[in-house]
Amino acid sequence: MSDVADRVRKIVVEHLGVEEDKVVENASFIDDLGADSLDTVELVMAFEEEFGIEIPDDAAETIQTFGDAVRFIKEAQ
Amino acid sequence: MFDLTGKCALVTGASGGIGGAIATALHGAGATVGLSGTRTAPLEELAASLGDRAHVLPCNLSDAEAVNALPKQAIEAMGGLDILVNNAGITRDNLFMRMSEEDWAQVLEVNLTSTMRLCKGVVRPMMKARWGRIINISSIVGATGNPGQANYAAAKAGMVGMSKSIAYEVASRGITVNCVAPGFIATAMTDKLNDEQKSGILGQIPAGRMGEAEEIAAAVLYLASPEAGYVTGATLHVNGGMAML
Repeated sequence: MSDVADRVRKIVVEHLGVEEDKVVENASFIDDLGADSLDTVELVMAFEEEFGIEIPDDAAETIQTFGDAVRFIKEAQ
Repeated sequence: MFDLTGKCALVTGASGGIGGAIATALHGAGATVGLSGTRTAPLEELAASLGDRAHVLPCNLSDAEAVNALPKQAIEAMGGLDILVNNAGITRDNLFMRMSEEDWAQVLEVNLTSTMRLCKGVVRPMMKARWGRIINISSIVGATGNPGQANYAAAKAGMVGMSKSIAYEVASRGITVNCVAPGFIATAMTDKLNDEQKSGILGQIPAGRMGEAEEIAAAVLYLASPEAGYVTGATLHVNGGMAML
């Protein structure tokens, strides 16, 4: 696992209070990790801060799973 | 009674009677205040009379870019932003049949759209802080309507619906969103009325007098306080009984 994935996982674990081993490639923030829609907004805010990137609203909507987030951030960097 | 020590509050329309009273009340409770408005001179004057913990942040609310930049400027100046009071408002009164689209658009832009923009700008830092207070100054006419004020009433009613919706979304993050709806308050805006108009209005107010700006400020101070943490999506009517809603 890359550094990006580790950092994203850490944010997700901290923010959603889930077990680290639940945060897998296809884990959906809402369906699998118990996030509500506001949590997903906050996750995106946290990603923006951690990686110093900007995630526009239309892109944020496409980030549904842990894998989506890692892929998006890698491309944005 | 209410302690806002360490909190930072941005008040729009602080150059006006009600806005000035709101800023003074929040400041008196210990808050750092950002005074926003279009006219710099009265803002500077107010800041000077308040002394420490007062920052002047001029902004033209019909300029979208300036409005979007205001929360950031406020945070830079004050070191945070915990309380937002959207108080600024304009009127362009006319009979509905004669109301131009421009009068409609201007009032909606300044009174409602700029409020939306500022709310959007402050929700993010408030969500992070898990604490926030948004207080939107609506009006009795948003609930009752008023001849000649279709635009103003629409904007003020719109504010209430918007506030309730935002309140739903952010309640779980410790942020409350409420409205204060003043009735007739003695300010420069109501000074323009003639004696006949004034006595006509007084006849409709059970309290038999116009309200004072400080009485609106007291309602805002309460909603801004930690004590009001369980009040959200509410509209506090301060109107001497003119409309009991």
